[in-house]
Amino acid sequence: MKNILSSRKFVVIGIFITIGVIFALRLLYIQIIDDTYSELANRNALRYVTQYPSRGLVYDRYGKLLVYNEVVYDLMVIPRQVKNIDTNAFCSLLNISTEEFVKKMEKAKKYSMYAPSFFEKQILKEDFAALQEKLYSFQGFYAQKRTIRSYPDSIAAAVLGYIGEVNEKKIEEDAYYKRGDYIGMSGIEKKYEELLRGKKGNKITLVDVHNREKGSFQNGQFDIPAQAGANLYSTIDLELQKYAEKLMANKRGSIVAIEPSTGEILCFVSAPSYDPNLLAGRQRGKNYKKLADDISKPLFNRALMAQYPPGSIFKVAQALVALDMGVIEANSGFPCDKGLVGCHNHPYASNVKDAIKMSCNPYFYRVFQREVQQQNPQTGKIDSKYGLSLWTAAMKRMGFGVRMDIDLPNVSKGYIPDTSFYNRWYPTGWNFHTIYSNSIGQGEVMVVPIQMANFAALVANRGWYITPHVIKSFGEENNKKVYKKYTKKHYSFIASSWWNVAVEGMWGVVHEAGGTGRRADVPGLNVCGKTGTAENIGADHSVFIAFAPKDEPKIAVSVYVENARGGGGTWAAPIAGLIIEKYIKREVERKEIEEQYMQAAPCQPLPLQRTPIKTKKKADMKKTNNTNNTQATTTN
Amino acid sequence: MDKKTHGIIRNIEWKVVIAFLFLVLTGWISIYAAVYDGEHSNIFDFSCRYGKQLVWIGASLIIAFFVLIIDPKFFSQTSFLIYAICIAMLLVVLVTGSVTKGARSWLGVGDFGIQPSEFAKMSTALALAKYLSTINVDMRKWQTKLTAIGIIALPMLLVLLQNDTGSALVFLSFIFVLFREGLSLYVLIFGAGAIVLFILALLINPFWLAGILAVVILITYFVVHSKNHKTKFIYFLGILVFCFTVVFGVKFGYEEVLGSHQKDRIEVLLGKKQDYKGVGYNVNQSKIAIGSGGVLGKGFLQGTQTKFNFVPEQDTDFIFCTIGEEWGFVGSMVIVFVFIWLCVKIIKMAERQRSNFARIYGYGIAGIIFFHFFVNIGMTIGLLPVIGIPLPFISYGGSSLWAFTLMLFIFIRQDVSRSELV
Repeated sequence: MKNILSSRKFVVIGIFITIGVIFALRLLYIQIIDDTYSELANRNALRYVTQYPSRGLVYDRYGKLLVYNEVVYDLMVIPRQVKNIDTNAFCSLLNISTEEFVKKMEKAKKYSMYAPSFFEKQILKEDFAALQEKLYSFQGFYAQKRTIRSYPDSIAAAVLGYIGEVNEKKIEEDAYYKRGDYIGMSGIEKKYEELLRGKKGNKITLVDVHNREKGSFQNGQFDIPAQAGANLYSTIDLELQKYAEKLMANKRGSIVAIEPSTGEILCFVSAPSYDPNLLAGRQRGKNYKKLADDISKPLFNRALMAQYPPGSIFKVAQALVALDMGVIEANSGFPCDKGLVGCHNHPYASNVKDAIKMSCNPYFYRVFQREVQQQNPQTGKIDSKYGLSLWTAAMKRMGFGVRMDIDLPNVSKGYIPDTSFYNRWYPTGWNFHTIYSNSIGQGEVMVVPIQMANFAALVANRGWYITPHVIKSFGEENNKKVYKKYTKKHYSFIASSWWNVAVEGMWGVVHEAGGTGRRADVPGLNVCGKTGTAENIGADHSVFIAFAPKDEPKIAVSVYVENARGGGGTWAAPIAGLIIEKYIKREVERKEIEEQYMQAAPCQPLPLQRTPIKTKKKADMKKTNNTNNTQATTTN
Repeated sequence: MDKKTHGIIRNIEWKVVIAFLFLVLTGWISIYAAVYDGEHSNIFDFSCRYGKQLVWIGASLIIAFFVLIIDPKFFSQTSFLIYAICIAMLLVVLVTGSVTKGARSWLGVGDFGIQPSEFAKMSTALALAKYLSTINVDMRKWQTKLTAIGIIALPMLLVLLQNDTGSALVFLSFIFVLFREGLSLYVLIFGAGAIVLFILALLINPFWLAGILAVVILITYFVVHSKNHKTKFIYFLGILVFCFTVVFGVKFGYEEVLGSHQKDRIEVLLGKKQDYKGVGYNVNQSKIAIGSGGVLGKGFLQGTQTKFNFVPEQDTDFIFCTIGEEWGFVGSMVIVFVFIWLCVKIIKMAERQRSNFARIYGYGIAGIIFFHFFVNIGMTIGLLPVIGIPLPFISYGGSSLWAFTLMLFIFIRQDVSRSELV
C-alpha cells in the first residue's frame, strides 16, 4: 500500500517540473522572442520635454530695438511634494493672503497631486530675485523660466500686434502647437508667426510613473535643442513712429507714411493707440478687456481696416484716368456750375492742374461724366456700362478696391463699384446721373488709409508702386533674407506725361494761391498734396495725402483725422507737413506749429454708445446714395 | 560542541539551507532595487523598506536557529495547539484587524503588525500531518476525507471572510497532501477537468460548449462501446451531467457570485477585455517590466519600469518584475529553477522520512511553496489572474518571511532527525 502511494511522488514532481517548464517557455517568449515589451518600457519611462525657443526680435529700419523678450518666472507647485512649509513666510514673500494660498493649492491639487501646475504666473525678474533666495526652503515649489514680449518705447502697437495662448481650433489644424503655447494674434506677430516662433526642441528625460524627472537620458545625446526665432528688420522709423503717435495724441484717425521708391512703411499709426506692453504681461486679460470695451476702439486698426469714402483726394485719380482715356486734355476747362453739384467760391478752373489745386466739384462732375459716357466701339453708341467698366479697371490698377498684399493681417479691401454692382442695385436701369457722386469721391467708392498712402507713393513715383510692407528683411545680421514680392514694381499703365499734370496740381494745392492744403507747406521741401473730406454720419473726417520732395520723393503719406470739423486743409494737411519735415529733416524747426497740433483735440466726442467705425456699410449703400445726391456739396 | 549539536550540523540538508539563504538575499537586493531612489541609497537605511527587510531577515535567522535546536517532537506534539492558536488569531483579526488593500488581515500591535493568515498555512500543514499520521486513519474512508477537508476548510473559510481570496486559495495546495495520502486519482482528474471547463465556459458561449461536449462524449462512448461492449452508458451520462453542471454552474457563479473586480481580473487575463489603464494596468506594466529585461537584463538598479514605480506593489506581490527587468531571462530562470528544485527536493526529502508526520508535513509545505510560486510568477508573466499572494522568501514583509522560514526549518529539523526512531 505504502509503496504504491509512494510512487505518487512522481505525479507531484511531474506537475512541479511541468509548471517550471511552462514558466521557462513563457519567460523565453516575453523576454527574448517578443521585443514589443522593451519598446513599451521605453515609452513609459522616457519623457520628451519641449524646449521653448525664444521668439525673434524686431528692429526698426536703423537697427533700434522695437520688440525684445523679457525673462519672467512661473512659480510651479507639485502638491504631493509640498511638506512642512512655513505658510506664513511663504505668503508674505509672495505678497498673498493665506486664503489665496489655500485656494491656489486646492486648485493645483484638483488638477493633479503629482504633475506640476501653475501657482503664480509671470513673476518679474526683479520680484523673483527675492523669492529665489528662499525658494529652496519651500519643498514642492520650483520656478520655471519663460519669456514674454516687451516693448522699450511702448509704440507701434498697430504694426507689432500681440501674442496670446493658442486656441483649440488652431491646435487641431496645426500639429506644431500644443496647449499653452503662445502664437501671434495680430500684427506682424501673426503674419510672421512661422519665422518668429523658431523651432521647438526636445529634451529627453527619464521619468517615473508620477512624472517625476529622474535625470537626462543618455547624457542628452538624443536631445534636440530649440532654435530661436528669426529676427525681423522692420521698415519702421522708430523716431518718426514715436513722433507720429505724439501728433495723433488726443485724436482719432491714422497716419501711414511710405518711402515711395521701396514701398517701405516708415510709420504706421492708428489712433487712439495703446501701450503694447499692456498686452504682454500678467495683466494681459484684464487690459485686453478694457481695451476691447473702450468706445474709441483702440484695438481697431484704422489705418488697415477702416474704410472711408475717399472724398476730394479721389479727384487726382479721376483726373489721371480721364487724361489717360483721352476724354479730357491737360488744358480742358469746365465752368464751376453749382447747379450740377455744390462747390465753394473759387476762380474758374481752366485746366486740370487748377481743378486739382482748387478742388472744383462741378469740374470733376464733368470729368467723370466723360469717363462714363463713352462710345462703345462695338455698338457705336454711348454706353455708360462700357465707360464704367474701363473706369473700374483703371482704378483697380492704381490699387483701389483690391486687397493689398501687405504683411499685416486683416487688411480691408476698400471698394470700387463696377457695372454688375449697379445692375444689382438698380435692377430697373442706371446711368451716369445715378452714380455721379463717385466723381468727387463720395458715392460708393471706399478706400482704406493704407491705400491712400500707397496712392500718394504711386503719384510720387509717376506711375508705379511697390506693395507697402513693414518688414524689410529677416534672419541673421549678416545673412538677411528679403521677400521678392516686396521688390516688384506694379505699374498703373497711365502714360507718364499725365503724372506730371497730377503732380503739378498737387504742388499747387500746397504752394499756390487758392490751393486748399497750404498748411502742409514745409519751406524748402516742395511738398505736394491733396486735401479731402470723407463724409460721415457725424462730423466729416479730415484727410490729406502728400509726398515730398516733388522731385525724387522720399516720403509719401496719408493722414486721417476722424470727425474733425474744418476739412482736410485744417487738420490733416499740417500734420502731414510735420511728418514730412520730421522724416526728411530729422528735426522739426517749426516748434510752434508742432506744439499747436500735438495739443489739438479736434475730434468730435463719440456718443456714449458704440457706433460702427466704418462710415458706411455696403448694405446701407442704396439708402445713403439718395442722400448723397443732396449732400455731395462739400469740397476742399 | 556537544554530540547533539554535532549531529544536527552533520545531518542538516545544507543544500536546502543554501537555497533558502539565496532566495532571502535575492529578495533583499530586489527590494532595495525596487524602492531605490538616489536620495536614500544607503542599503542599511532602516527607515526604508530594504532596511526593515534586513531586520526581518535577521529575525528569521534567529527563528531558524531556535527551530533547529528544539526537539523535533515538540512540533508534532503541539500541532493541534498551534493550529488552535492560529484559528483563534484569525477570529480575532476578523473582529479587530485593520484593513489593508481591502482585506482585513492584519493584527496590529502599535506600529508592528502581523498577518495571522501567513502562519495559518503552516499550522494547517502541521495539523493535517498530525491527523493523517495517526494510526486508524485511512483516506479511503469518508470520515477521514471529511475530517481532513474540515481541517483545511476551517482556516480557509476564515481567511476568505477576511476578504483575502489569494491567501485562501493557497489552502487548495493541500490537494497534493491528500493525493499522496491516498485520495483517488479521479478526484485530481476531475479537479483538473473542472478547471479546464471553467476557463472554457468563460471563453465560449455555455450553450455552444455544452453542445460540443455532448457530441464529443457521445462519439467517445460509441467508439469505446464498439470495441468493448461491456462499457456502460451510465458512466458517460454521468460525465456529461458533470460537464453540464460545471459549465452552467460557472456561468451562474461567474455572473452572480464573483465581485466585479474579480470578474475584471479574469476577463483581462483571458483577453476578453483590454484595459491598460484600469484593471489590466498591473499585469500589463508587469509584463512590460519583465519582457523588457531581455537576455541578461538591464542591470542592477537600471530597471526603468520598476525604478520609476510603473509597476505597482513592486516590492511585494510584483517583486519578480524587478528580477525579470534587471537580471533578464538568465536571472528569472535561476529563480524559477531554484524554486522548482526546492519543491522537488522537499518532496524527495519527505519520501525519505520514517515518520509519517514528517512526510505529510513535507508534502504540505512543498505544496504551499509551490502554489505561492505558481500563482505569483504566473500572475506577473500574465498567465494567471491577479491574485495577491507573496513570492516566498523574496517578497517584502515580515509575517510572510517568518512564516515561510518557520515552515521550512520545522521540516529541516524533522529531516535532521529522520533516522531517529519514531
